[in-house]
Parts: sequence; structure tokens; C-alpha cells
Amino acid sequence: MAKARLRIAALYPEQLNIYADRGNIAVLESRCRWRSIESHVTAVGLGETIDPERFDLIYLGGGQDDDQRRCAADLLEHKRSGLIAAAANGAVLLGICGGYQLFGHWYELADERIEGVGILNVETVRGKGPRLIGNVAVETSLPGASPRAVLAGFENHGGRTRLIGGGAPLGRVIKGNGNDGVSGEEGCRDGNVIGTYLHGPLLPANCWFADWLIATAIGASAELAPLDDALELAAHKAACAAAGVNG
Amino acid sequence: MNSLRLALASFAARAAGALLRLAGSGGTSAPGKILLALAPKAIAQRSAALERGCAVISATNGKTTTSAIAAQIMQRDGAALVHNRAGANMAGGIAAALNDQHGDFGLFEVDEFWLAMLVDELRPRSVLMANLFRDQLDRYGELDEINARWSKVAISPAVGQIVLNADDPLIASLGSDVDAALYYGIEDETVGSEHAQHATEQACCPICAEQFSYSRYFVGHLGHYYCAKGHPGRPKVEVSASEIATSGLGSSSFTLNIGGRSYRAELAMPGLYNVYNALAAAALANSLGVSDEAIIAGIAAASPAFGRAESLSVGGRESSIILIKNPAGTNEVLRTLTSDRASRDLLIVLNDQIADGRDISWIWDADFEQLADSGRPITCSGSRAVELGLRLKYAGVDPELIRVEADLREALAAALDGGGERLVVLPTYTAMLEVRELLVSRGAAEGSFG
Repeated sequence: MAKARLRIAALYPEQLNIYADRGNIAVLESRCRWRSIESHVTAVGLGETIDPERFDLIYLGGGQDDDQRRCAADLLEHKRSGLIAAAANGAVLLGICGGYQLFGHWYELADERIEGVGILNVETVRGKGPRLIGNVAVETSLPGASPRAVLAGFENHGGRTRLIGGGAPLGRVIKGNGNDGVSGEEGCRDGNVIGTYLHGPLLPANCWFADWLIATAIGASAELAPLDDALELAAHKAACAAAGVNG
Repeated sequence: MNSLRLALASFAARAAGALLRLAGSGGTSAPGKILLALAPKAIAQRSAALERGCAVISATNGKTTTSAIAAQIMQRDGAALVHNRAGANMAGGIAAALNDQHGDFGLFEVDEFWLAMLVDELRPRSVLMANLFRDQLDRYGELDEINARWSKVAISPAVGQIVLNADDPLIASLGSDVDAALYYGIEDETVGSEHAQHATEQACCPICAEQFSYSRYFVGHLGHYYCAKGHPGRPKVEVSASEIATSGLGSSSFTLNIGGRSYRAELAMPGLYNVYNALAAAALANSLGVSDEAIIAGIAAASPAFGRAESLSVGGRESSIILIKNPAGTNEVLRTLTSDRASRDLLIVLNDQIADGRDISWIWDADFEQLADSGRPITCSGSRAVELGLRLKYAGVDPELIRVEADLREALAAALDGGGERLVVLPTYTAMLEVRELLVSRGAAEGSFG
């Protein structure tokens, strides 16, 4: 195997970082470092474009409404074509919370519609009901991962997201609300493009998923060296327990 | 009819309070809720009867400590206070304080979400809006929402004067359409940093929507900021702190400037965040016409509020309890801690009850990296002890030095066995209550608190 490396783009780290998105990046970096996989994080901010050849994993977090509005406009103007090309190259694209919504086709607020990148077949509407807030556990089925592996995290979103045009969910809700609180679906996945409402942050609570992302981004044949994950597995169990599920 | 109704409701609430106390419940807001159910206008009526009026304090960080300092100042000005001391800061707690206490001046810390509703009832002479940090987002939704509510407070005809932190751009902009806002801030650039910490909010110029640039960051996004396009930035301050000396875990001092007058102020609380609290209390008092002498004396007399940086003696050893609840505050506590040279045993307790915040993601925004080189064991406890331990591991703390013990009694015993000169406990809110009780039962004389 060629010397493995993971090149991460963190989009708008100054604007879209509301639910400790930094923790997700820290986990990816550390778990690469501990395996002697070279990793490099590049912050890509407002006005900058994305060179699809330069990144294996592209991360988009969530933010306050105003910040999200600014970043949505910037995504369309400067980054949309780069994101589409990166996805076509097989790069992993991970959008969390607001980032998930922006990967979809649009986000409808009371009197406006924010256009998304449209690389996931979802639409989001700001519902009249209360924000969907709480611990959540989701059962997934990802190629190469354990069948029915559980993702645990915390959700906090006003938007209701719906799969459209044949979009497939990331997983099925065991406890919590998920996309809209009624469909039983959580997140969306199309190949290596993934969106989810789960933070907590997501990857510290689900190290198996962090490793799945790393392996997928590096290349399908990558076998990751095992790590001492006692604390990570205990944290996963605790996050599952907080949602009321045995991890 | 109205006053009869209020009198009967008031009696019922007091009776309920007495019953609750007999039953051993510490509930400080339940009697207030009863009062409000029976007499919905009780807060407005009781508040209007206060001879010297009232003042209101709100912030995401430090409102209990700021209120405690302001209380000391107002007492030195001769006020007989009606004050929600226990931090019961929603309608029920304020109604209970108004019902149970007799005085001529009301001093109320108010929950940030309740502020707009309560100022309409209280009609305060001054409202202090001290800061807006990302805090308890799972309860309230996003910061923008609170900011929108506070904008209404700033221009409310029910409010006499607003007192604003000039160093918080989210707060300072609340005064842009108000003639008589009183601003305060820190002037001493030597205590700040040129770089933002990780948990820093981004604030934009309200005119051109460009992000503000900073020449200095003090605490989180509080600092000296300006618009790169030349639009108005940080407003001029009337009350300020300069020549600040923060000395480890014990205390701090600074020069307090009010108008053109300067005084040395001594504060028995550590850290820059407490200088902000004292400064806020001083500015509020100044807006109420309190003398400079009473302000300086009140700051000197203030002791840490319940659970916020208390010192106590456990088995002959100096111990500190310092509340942590969000990234900005935690970063400051860690900064103060690592500047202290004494060897210490550290116990961090993370709970996830509603009062702590159900969402624990914030620990990943706090700079626990500051502990990476401490070289001493760190004990993690609370209902989310494991996640806290994991956070420390990814912050670069040697896994061998991370002890995870969910049971608080066991964790405390382990930390006390560490043999350092001092025990430092960093609990979230409900954990703080538990730690306090345990320490008292272990023989920390309760008189030694504060």
C-alpha cells in the first residue's frame, strides 16, 4: 500500500462551527496521526474555491442563521462546481446539521428560499413546530461497516428535512427525531456524500464512523491499524445510553 | 379588588413557601409560580411599589457574580435590597423575591430568555446587558434569537437606561439606536491576546456585514474590534478598567475609571472574567447615580457568588470550586489555572441535566489543550465522565493520567489522594451542588465558604 495520507478541507471554520465541529476534525487528525497516516487540514473560507484534486475529505459544519445564509451564497458562487467534481472523484463529503441542509437542494424559511448545493436529494423547510432537540441514536447500514452499526449524537434543528427524488437516508432512527421527527429517517447518503443532523460532536462519540470515513476517503482497500479504543468505545456506549439505547 | 387579590395570592404563596421549607425542599421559585398563577400582575404591582425602583442584570456569563457585586455596592449606597440571590432568575424566582423580601430597591438577575418579558413588568431604572456567549443552545435555540429579543429591550419605553459592554460587539450594537446608553469596557491591552480562542463567536459590522477585525481579544469574542471598512466599531466607554493585575486563583485588582476619575479596585475573585463582572456592576451602579466611594467599597467587599470560584479548606488543604458551563468561561478558568504555579489535583465534573445543558458538545470547543502538559493526574467524573475523559485524550493529555470515575464520591476521594498542594474542582452547575454537599460532609466547615 502506498504511503497513506488524508487531505481534509474544513469549509468556513470561522462561520460554521456552532456545535463543536472542531471536535470532528480533531478526531480525524488524531486517529490518522496515531496510525502514521499523514493528515493535513486546510481551512477554506469565504470567497475561496475548491480544487477537487486536492482533497480526500471535505467537511461542512453548521452555524447561526445569518452565517449560514452568507455561506450558502458563497457555496453557490465559489464552491459548487468543486464540490460536485470532488464527489465525482470519490472524495468523502460530510455535512453536519447546517452543512447537511446546504448539501440539499434548498432550505425554505418563512419568506425566503436559500438555495443549496444540491448534491444530496433532500429539501428542508423551517417547520412551525418547536426545534427538534435531544439525544439521538440511528441504525446504519454502510458498505464495509458492521451491519446495523449505531451512530449516537445530539440533534438541535428547527428545519424539517425530507428525502426527495430517490434520496436514501443515512440510517433509521432508533431514538430521537432525525430528519423531521416523523419519517423515522435520519440523514442522507449518496455514495460518499453524507449529511446528518447528528452532532455531539459526531465523531468523538462514534469512532467506528470516523475510521469508516478515513478508510473510505483514503481508498477502498485501506485496512486501518487497530487503536486502543477503550475510552472511545466507552464514550460511544455513554452517548447511546444518553439516547436510551444499549450501544 | 386588585390589591385584595394580590394580598390573598401573596399570602398563599408565602404559605406554600413555608410548607416547602418544612418539607425540606429548597425550591425558591415554586411559591413565586403560585403567586403568579393567582395574581398574574404581581410582579408589576410589587415592583412599582419599590421606593427606589429596580435594576436588572442579564448576560449569558457571570450574571450571578455580577449581581452579587452590585448588591454589595447598592447596600453601601444605603439600599435595602429585594434581590433574587439564589439565582432563581425566571418569572417565578423574581416574583418570589418580591413577595418574600421587604426593601426599597430591587436588584434582579434575569435569565436571558426572560429578559424582554420581565422588563415590561419590572420597568427598571437601568438594565445591564453584559455579554452574549453561545450558552445553553439546546434550551433556547440560537444566539440570533436572543439577540433579536434583546434589541427590543434596548429600545423599550419600560426601561430607563441601558448599560452595555462595549467590548462585546453583539451587545454594543444594541445601543446604536439609543441616545443614552452607558458603555463600559477593558482598556488595558496588555491582558489580551492578538489571537482568538477556538470558541469565539463571529460578529459582523451591522452596516456592511463584514466581520469585525480585532486588535485585542480579552475573553472569547470580548475585545477591541473595528470594522475594516471604517464603519463605527467599539463605542467610547464611560466606565473602564486599566492596569489590570490578575494573580492566579485568588484575586485580582485594577484601576477603575469612572468618567475622568480613577481608583484602584481590589477584587477577591480571580481572572479577567471577574474583572468584567466587577466592571459591569460598577457601570450599573454609576448609571443609578451611586457614589464612586460606594462602588469601590462594594467591589472590595464582594465575595464569590455561590459556587463560582469558592475557596474552602478540606482536611487542612486549600481547595477551590470553580463553576464551568460553556467554552468561553471554561477557557478563562483554565487559563487562570495554568498561570497558577501551585501543584494541584484537578477534578472535572461533567453532568448533562437541563441546568447543565443536555448537549455536551461544548466541551470540544473549550481549550482543554491547555492541560496537555500539566503532567499530573486529572480525574473526570459526572454523568458524562467518559466523554470528558475522551476529550482530554484528544486534547493531548497522556491517557495514563486520565482517571474516569463516574461516581462522584469515589472521584473526589481519588482526587484528594493526589497529594498536591491544592484541590481544584471544575464542576458544571448540578455537579457543583453535589460537590459542595460532599465536601461539607467530608468536614469542610461551611463557614469557610466564600
